[in-house]
Formats: sequence, structure tokens, C-alpha cells
Amino acid sequence: MRLRLVPEETNFDFFRFRNVTMGISIVAVIASILLWLTVGLNFGIDFRGGTTIRTEATTPVDVGAYRDAVAPLGLGEVSIVEVFDPTFRDDQHVAAISIQAQEGEESASSDMIQAIDEALMAVDPSIEFTSVESVGPEVSGELVQTALLAVLAALAAILIYIWLRFEWQFSVGAVAALFHDVIITIGIFSLLQIRFDLATIAAILTIVGYSINDTVVIFDRLRENLRKFKKTALQEVMNRTVNETLSRTLMTSGTTLIALIALLIFGGDVIRGFVFAITWGVIIGTYSSVYVAKNVVLMLGVKRDWSKPGEGGGGAGTQFANVDA
Amino acid sequence: MLQIPLWKRVLILGVCLCGILFSFPNFFYEKVETHNKAAAEIEQLGVTPDREASLATWPSYLPSTLVNLGLDLRGGAQLLVKVQTDDVYQSRMDALWPDVRDQLVGIRDQVGFVERVDGSPAGVLQVRIQNADALNTAVAEVRELAQPVVSLTGLAAQTLDVTGQGNVISVELTEAEKIETDNRTLQQTQEILRRRIDPDGTTEPSITRQGNDRVLIQVPGVSGEELKGRIGTPARLTFHPVVRQTSNAEANPGPGNIVLPDVDEEGFFYVLEATPILTGDDLTDAQPSFDQNGRPAVGFRFNPSGARVFCNYTTENTGALFATVLDDEVITAPQIQEPICGGSGQITGNFTVEGSTELAVLLRAGALPADLDFLEERTVSPTLGQDSIEAGQIACIIAFIAVLIFMAMSYGLFGIFANIALLLNVSLLLGVLSVVGATLTLPGIAGIVLTIGMAVDANVLVFERIREELKTAKGPSRAIELGYEKALSAIIDANITTGITALILFALGSGPVKGFGVTLLVGIATSVFTAIFVTRLFVILWFERRRPKTIEV
Repeated sequence: MRLRLVPEETNFDFFRFRNVTMGISIVAVIASILLWLTVGLNFGIDFRGGTTIRTEATTPVDVGAYRDAVAPLGLGEVSIVEVFDPTFRDDQHVAAISIQAQEGEESASSDMIQAIDEALMAVDPSIEFTSVESVGPEVSGELVQTALLAVLAALAAILIYIWLRFEWQFSVGAVAALFHDVIITIGIFSLLQIRFDLATIAAILTIVGYSINDTVVIFDRLRENLRKFKKTALQEVMNRTVNETLSRTLMTSGTTLIALIALLIFGGDVIRGFVFAITWGVIIGTYSSVYVAKNVVLMLGVKRDWSKPGEGGGGAGTQFANVDA
Repeated sequence: MLQIPLWKRVLILGVCLCGILFSFPNFFYEKVETHNKAAAEIEQLGVTPDREASLATWPSYLPSTLVNLGLDLRGGAQLLVKVQTDDVYQSRMDALWPDVRDQLVGIRDQVGFVERVDGSPAGVLQVRIQNADALNTAVAEVRELAQPVVSLTGLAAQTLDVTGQGNVISVELTEAEKIETDNRTLQQTQEILRRRIDPDGTTEPSITRQGNDRVLIQVPGVSGEELKGRIGTPARLTFHPVVRQTSNAEANPGPGNIVLPDVDEEGFFYVLEATPILTGDDLTDAQPSFDQNGRPAVGFRFNPSGARVFCNYTTENTGALFATVLDDEVITAPQIQEPICGGSGQITGNFTVEGSTELAVLLRAGALPADLDFLEERTVSPTLGQDSIEAGQIACIIAFIAVLIFMAMSYGLFGIFANIALLLNVSLLLGVLSVVGATLTLPGIAGIVLTIGMAVDANVLVFERIREELKTAKGPSRAIELGYEKALSAIIDANITTGITALILFALGSGPVKGFGVTLLVGIATSVFTAIFVTRLFVILWFERRRPKTIEV
């Protein structure tokens, strides 16, 4: 008895609701951008500068007492939150303290860390600083630049690769799907106010990688089917393609999600934000390959005769399209 | 039909065996680490029974390379510091002034009196001459002090840029020399940091240059505060003649002089000659000691040329005041009682025992050529690192088991082939990471888990394709062949695009993110290898043995 996520033969009409799904996607993208602009992102110190301290104690965290202890030090904006996680031991009580970048200093001074350490020791002698991170304004500015550069470089490289291997319409479709995924992920981070830091950028790049992986597999089959069914309407060929690859799409997303959910639950709170972003990306990446990338290609139309590569004014993609097909 | 030549089979199985062999030590991390440490100690320090015993914890015929754990997993501190390279230009100019003066003394009858202009821009030495008519002669004379830049590029540039205007000569370093100076400053800073952070050569600090003026310091097992303590102060030690004492910090010190505060007494300042008689560079040794009153002090020895200069100076200036300056603060300014010609001396002041010991260590390691700014600091305690490792291990195992079950249930026998390939894939991944000396970080563990999930993709593509081909193709053997053939293009395209993003993560990321990029990149390579070679080999071996009439995928 085999586990089958989808029946042997499927014939769903994926384009029946294309206006609705396209509409939902567009609304989600616009809403994300609005959220991003109005509510903003909860930037971590990587991008904002400042200091975060992770404390661990054997007695329960009293956020109020911590706050009162640190307040007299005059450090400006200080946020203290207790951290909960199923992987913690019973006597493991963790809090995260973040402090704004201090005037006229690059990273946190030893004096400041020492002062906080002493103040908190007075509240709870069992307290330990398990992690201290401090980023000065000079570096945080550069990290923002590098992060933006990384995301744009990834998108550009993929745009070019797909263009060479397929057709420009595919390339536009794929990159539209990627923008869709990236923007909605940023929107979710803004909505839930999850900390947005360097690891989040890495997660976004991973989403880009995963989403494109999915899109390319479908495109590859579409190219094959376009050769096979030269006379059939484009929409029908596309629908057939999605149905043929549906089983694979769900299997791969399924195994990846299983692995990620295990990491989400058991991997600890330090990387939870990062894993959450990737998990979310797998879901939206799967959706966007079917609904966004394909719809864009359908709207743009595509050259139909793939049987004679390089002839009859074929697109730039044809000369590389058969490299190993 | 379904055929793989024998040599290829041997090669594929050989690669898998290597993967298992090289990933193996990582499952016994602590044992192997003890073994490696003992081996290194025996090499450096000789054999002891203790070390022999530690060495024996791991058989020496097995590979003993381990995946490096990042600081976020093993605990440790990372500091990014900026080296104030511009400081060095100024001190070069200060050091140049006596030479310029001596050079111009030779043509005194033409240029007249010579004096240094106070308040000239940073990094520029300005000299006023009495007789403006002789400016060109004077400029030419000063230019003779310039030397060709010592650089690898071999461009025939000079070290000094000398210009004249009115009766003022301006001297500064040329751009080429500034670049060379920066390089030297960075190298010296790295070397001195290494000596200070790791005086015994045991903590394996990583001190690497980043860009033009930054140094990244990574040290396992210490906190950021400890590390900053070890780096300490620049410890620039200089000895200056004292001109007078003052209580006014804003006092005009007069040409060629500087005002520096006393380290202990607030509101007490010294006017000193700006050019030091000697500097810490002339020291050969420094040790904590005690002065004649039994208070902690630091004893030091000069090198021979330093000793000679010191002897001459103290002979000529017996009775004068003489200041010892550490990082722009006057530690002590005693009177010279008698000529000091023994080549050794003592710094007394208000030291504690710890303070004098610390200063001695810093002086021995040498002064940092320039001030440091701490741009970024990240510390993770070993306990948090250990927690992260444990959480990561549990997540990996659960993810693994879940995926294995899911694959076996979905594809039956073929699923089991894919599962064996998946196990081999992870051991290849660990093996490659160990052999190339990559660093495993917490996001890197996430990368492994993600690889576990995504690695089956290539197999899924093939299996789904075989299923489809079974419906139309003539027999199972043809279906398997077509399945592999037709899925290949999708596998390649999908993995190259994912690989591009992994490569960008590796190239542009830093620290943990770079670690994630590495595991993802290697994971992509090993998963493609296992899917199109290893699983295929299993399928073919099975098929050759059984020759089934029908297959179910």
C-alpha cells in the first residue's frame, strides 16, 4: 500500500480561478508593501546598530525587576523580553535585552556591558550572559548595503540563467514569482514583527533558491510539452504540465516541510525566526510557481515551435536550451 | 539499455565509501578532538603519559579531520576592529621632523632659521624657513629624504610628497606610500594582536584582515569582554624631556612641544618635547617587578642602540626632568639623578600588581601601531553553543526519520533506495565539509536539515518520471532508462539556480550566514551526485539481479 499525495491521474483546472489567484497575489503584494512602509520592520541590531544581550538564569525572569535595574544606567531605549522555548530545561529562564546604539560609540563598550552585568547580578545572582552581540553604526550601514546587493545579485543571476536556458517570458515569469515571494515574506515579517536581521536575508535568499527550483522544474516540463503538443492552446498545455508535475511538487514540498517543521519545533529559539522564514518560503514558493510564474508566462505568450532550436528568429534562449535536455 | 560500466560502479561506490570514512570521525567529536589535541601537543612539546593516553582515544589509522564548529556553536568571541591607519601618517611625520631639520641645517646660510609650523593639517609636516627666496633650494633638499616606495607592484613612486609655498614647505606621504604604510600597519596590528591574545600559542585565534583598515578577530572559548581585556590598550610607550609643568590643559606649549595630562593627578599637566627620545620599539624585554619602596613597577631592558641613546641623554641632562608616557598620559616624570648606562630601567607609578603584570605583557608584545575602534562584537557562551548543537542534532534526527518514513511509504523499494542514498548524501556532505575545513554554524545545521528535505527532490523527479514512462513505455527497463534521461534536464536546471543563490550567500555573507551558504552549496552538489549516480546504481544492481517483468514505483 503506497502513500499517494495525489491520485495517479489528475486533471485539475489550475487556470479556472486564475483571475482570483492573481488578484489575491496582487493584493497580498500591495498589502505587504503598505505594511512595510507604514508599520515597518522590526530590524535587529545587524541593520540598526545597538546591542543585544541574552541572559540565562535558574530562577524565573522578572522583566519588571530587570527593567528597574537597568533603567538607572541611562542607556536610552532598552527592551527586555522573556524568551520561551519547548527545548528549554525546567530551570532555564532566558531573556533578551536589546539596547539602542549609544551616542558616539561604535560597538558597546566594556564598561557598559559590565555595568549591566552588575545591575542584573544584583537582581538575580544566578544570571549569566550567554550571548552578547553589538554592532556599531558604521558596520550596520554596510550590512544593509551588502544584504540588498545579495538579494538583487541573486535575482539578476537567476533572471539571466533562465533567459539563457528558456525564453525571456519564462525569465520574467520566474522573477515576478520571486519578487512576489520575497515581498510577501517581508510583509509577514512586518505583520508579525519578527526580528529582521542578517539571518533573515539568508532565509530570503534560500526562499529565492527554493522557489526558483520549483518554478524551473515546471518550466522544464512545459518546454517539453510545448514541443510535444504544438497545436494545443497554451493554457491547456500549461494546465497539463502542472497536473503532470503536481505529484512531484507536493512530494518535494512535503519532505522539505517535514524536515523544516522538525527544525522549527526542536531546533531551539536562536534560529526559529530563520527557520520560520524558510518554512513560510517553501509554502509560498510552491504556490507562486504554479500561480504566479505560469500566469505571467501565459499573459506574455510564448514562442510555440521548440522543435528546431536556433532557427526562424528564435529567442536568445534557444541556443542554450538544449545543452543537456 | 540499463548499463553502467564497471569502472564507474567502482568509482561511485568508492566515493560513497570515502564519504562514510571521512564523516565518521564527526560522530565521535569529543574523542577525535582529544586525539587531535594530544597529537598537536606531542608534536610541539614532546611525549608525556597523559598525552599518550589522550592520543590513544582514537585509532590513528582512521581519518581524524573534523568539521570546524563556528563560534556560535562552540562558544567564543568575535570582534571586528577598525585600525586608525591615519594615526600612523602623523607619527611618521613627527618622526621625520628631526631629519628635515638636520637636512636644512646643512644649507643654513641660504634658508636661515627653520621652525616647525604648529597646527598643520593631520598627516602633514609643515616647516617655515626664514628666507623665502631659498624655498626651491630647501624643497629640493628636503626631497632628498624621500625614498622609492618598497612595494610588490614595483611602481617607481617616492615615499614623500614635498611642496613649497611662500616660505612654508609641506611634506606628506604620497598615495603609494600611504597604501604601503596601511598594509604594514595592518600586518603589524595582526601580529601584535596575535601575540597579545594568544601569548602561549594554544587558543587558536583567527585574526584576519578585512578590507583596507579592518581586522576580524575570532577566538573560541572566551567572552568579548575577556578578549577586549587581552587586546588592552595600544601600550605605546615613549620617553620625553619635560619642558615644564602646568595646571592649564589649554596652555600654549610653544613650538615643537605638547601638553599631556598626568595619569593620576587630575588637573596636572606636563609640557613635553613632542619628539620622543626613545619609544617602546627600543625595548627588548619587560617584566613586572618592584621598586625600592616595594611598590609594583615594570622593569625593562633597552636594545643596544636604545641603551646608547638613553645613556647619552641621561649623561648630558643629569638633573633634568624626564617623562615616561604611556598612551598619551604621563605615568611618571622623575628627575635624572645620574647617568643611566646599564641598558635597563624601571617604570614606577601608581600600579597594582595586576596592573604592572598586564603592562609588562603588553610592552613585551609590542605597541599597536595605531588605535583600534571596536565596530562589532559577538559573543556566544559555550553553554548556549552546546544547547544549539543539541537542539540541532535532535532536529536533524527527527527530520531524517520523518523523511525516511515518508519516502519509503511513497515509493516502496525505490523509496528505500532513495533513503540509502540520502544517508550517503549526508555522510558525503559531512565528509566534504571536514576535508575542506569548512566551518559549521547554527544556520549551517539548518542548511543540513534543509538539504535532507530537498535532497530527495532529484530522486522524486526521477521516480515520478519513471511512473509516467511506465504507462507508455515498453517495459520496466526502458521506463527506468527514460525516467533518468528525461528528468536530468530538470534536475540540472533546478540545482544550478539554487546553487547560484547558495554561491551568493557564500560570497556576500559573513560568519554564520557564510556557513549556511557552504552547507547548502555542498549539499546541492552531493544530492545531485547521489540522485543521478548512487540511486541509479542501486536500481540497476537490483534490476540486474531480479529482472522483474513489472515494477512498481
